Amino acid sequence: MSFVAHLINGISLGSVYALIALGYTMVYGIAKMLNFAHGDVIMIGGYVVFVTVSGMGMNPLAAIIISMAVCTVLGVTIERVAYRPLRGASPLAVLITAIGVSYLLQNVALLVFGSDTKAFTNVVTMPNLELFEGQLVIKSVTIVTVIVSIIIMVGLTLFVKRTKIGRAMTAVSEDKGAAQLMGINVNGTIAVTFAIGSSLAAVAGVLLCSAYPSLTPYTGSMPGIKAFVAAVFGGIGSIPGAFIGGILLGVIENLSKAYISSQLSDAIVFSILIIVLLVKPTGLLGKKIQEKV
Amino acid sequence: MKKKMLSLVLAGAMTAVLMTGCGSEGGSAESGSAADGAATETETTEAGETEAADAQDGESADDAQAAGGEGGTFKIGGIGPLTGSAAVYGIATMNGSQIAVDEINAAGGINGMTVELNFQDDECDAEKSVNAYNTLKDWGVQVIDGCVTSACSIAVADKTAQDSIFQLTPSGSAVECVTNPNSFRVCFSDPNQGAASAQYIGEHSLATKVAVIYDSSDVYSSGIYEKFAGEAANQSFEIVATGAFTADNKTDFSVQLQQAKDAGADLVFLPIYYNEAALILTQASSMGFDVKFFGCDGLDGILGVENFDASLAEGVMLLTPFAADATDELTVNFVTTYNEKFGETPNQFAADGYDAIYTIKAAAEKANITADMSNEDICNAMQTAMTEITVDGLTGAGITWDASGEPTKDPKAVVIKDGVYTAM
Repeated sequence: MSFVAHLINGISLGSVYALIALGYTMVYGIAKMLNFAHGDVIMIGGYVVFVTVSGMGMNPLAAIIISMAVCTVLGVTIERVAYRPLRGASPLAVLITAIGVSYLLQNVALLVFGSDTKAFTNVVTMPNLELFEGQLVIKSVTIVTVIVSIIIMVGLTLFVKRTKIGRAMTAVSEDKGAAQLMGINVNGTIAVTFAIGSSLAAVAGVLLCSAYPSLTPYTGSMPGIKAFVAAVFGGIGSIPGAFIGGILLGVIENLSKAYISSQLSDAIVFSILIIVLLVKPTGLLGKKIQEKV
Repeated sequence: MKKKMLSLVLAGAMTAVLMTGCGSEGGSAESGSAADGAATETETTEAGETEAADAQDGESADDAQAAGGEGGTFKIGGIGPLTGSAAVYGIATMNGSQIAVDEINAAGGINGMTVELNFQDDECDAEKSVNAYNTLKDWGVQVIDGCVTSACSIAVADKTAQDSIFQLTPSGSAVECVTNPNSFRVCFSDPNQGAASAQYIGEHSLATKVAVIYDSSDVYSSGIYEKFAGEAANQSFEIVATGAFTADNKTDFSVQLQQAKDAGADLVFLPIYYNEAALILTQASSMGFDVKFFGCDGLDGILGVENFDASLAEGVMLLTPFAADATDELTVNFVTTYNEKFGETPNQFAADGYDAIYTIKAAAEKANITADMSNEDICNAMQTAMTEITVDGLTGAGITWDASGEPTKDPKAVVIKDGVYTAM
């Protein structure tokens, strides 16, 4: 029974990672850049909901929509101001810029909201699911997070495969220059990618803070990094891969906490990343693309 | 190209991990103080000069405010977190200290000297507390009332020992806070809290099966835990589960709580700070784990967490030397004044801050400190006087100290009932 409970807690944690990883993988898959600020956009999304729900007493659903709007604007602005001017620069420069943006967001949040921990109000108000006379409790927020992650995963896959903008994204990800020659607005397409990724970040922020109700300016950084690991683990760029990677990572983390050591769980998680990359450098579901010389 | 990208990704992941590590309070503490060593070395000599200059300044300023006291001014420097994750502690300590200073000045000061309190913010960061200490030294501080938290106290203790400045920490409870002969404390040490908690749980038969959740990356938490586990062997209960967490993993406690639940624990001991405790209470309640919680002074402040559902804390017990609803005259007066001035009920840290100032007063009077003494003379005289005084404070009656810097007093336990701390 306790194994099942640990497994469910792992899925609960993993579903949050999966949700964040979807945003990471989306941006990486299309723009071929690591948006390290993604975790901090999540944190901003959390604060927006905190302020609107706890501060202004707004309906949680309305708050989530506002939060998505704020994060979308934020994501597009970051892309326009910080990343677009570096489109031709080396990947390293972009990576460092992303880390810089991440710190900027953290410190702005520190300045505006202070570093006191805020207790987040759970926006998922449904009752928890109790099995076996209360021996096994599945939190409603876990169920919602898993369902939302699956919906987003399926939605994103369909969007990329079936819609015009989606196919433009695929084209841009394969070859920016050729895509431009075919009449695709590369900058516009990448901006849309960031918009989608950031609005997903808002949803992830709300569910992350609902599952673990503490909000600080650093809330997004560790889950952001873990989610990045999940995305690499599942095969970065692959949408189903991000989902599977996230869930697996959460389960591995919780089981190693439970059965090996609660202090070494992070070390174990990162060792697994290294092993996976050594054995299968493209990740679990990553496509093997032949490099042309 | 692919390989390059991959190594870039890995490098990125690792740098980012390193950086978040530094971002959290725990990580930066040690690296901060270590890196600081060299920088402050040069500053000490400079500060020494400014001090001399300051002492002269002080004297001329004293003539001006002769009404305050003919004996000059006595400069007490406070250090604690006024912003940041432990701000509740620092602000309470500062307020409590200020009340004591106002009372003392109204009653004629210490040996005729007017007391001046300058309280600096350290954000609960060891590096920043050393900066705060340097600011105070430039101001001409004579005695340090700080720091409020353990890691900061340890960092500043190194500096006060070098500079021979007397240091009394109101609430720095780690063993290392008072290893130097010039540093003393008002609160219990972590080991004492751990042992006292185990004794309290055993003597009052609060539980037979106890689970512990502690922060293994924090000196305060692991210090209490070790002594608690040691003392538990002599008590009527057994520790059935121990769950540790670290500064990077302090939001998800489902595994630790599940282990406690599976082990059939009827009490969970939480030797941790209130932010994590608030999360643990929330998560325990959402997983349907109905159990008693027992903590130490770090839990004090849990009712002040913004937006926290205080009903979850109902029935939580904590070992703290101060209960605001006690009926002795000293406590009643203090609570009334604090309420009038700051609009809230004081917690244990406010009481520690108040007692710290009165302890400094008692020692300074015993040692016949005057404003024109050098810091080194003050330090030596206070050091001896500390072992000779007895203080009746808010946090205990008849508190005495020995040369190790540890106070001797009885612990008290409080329980949270109807949203307030109530004596047990």
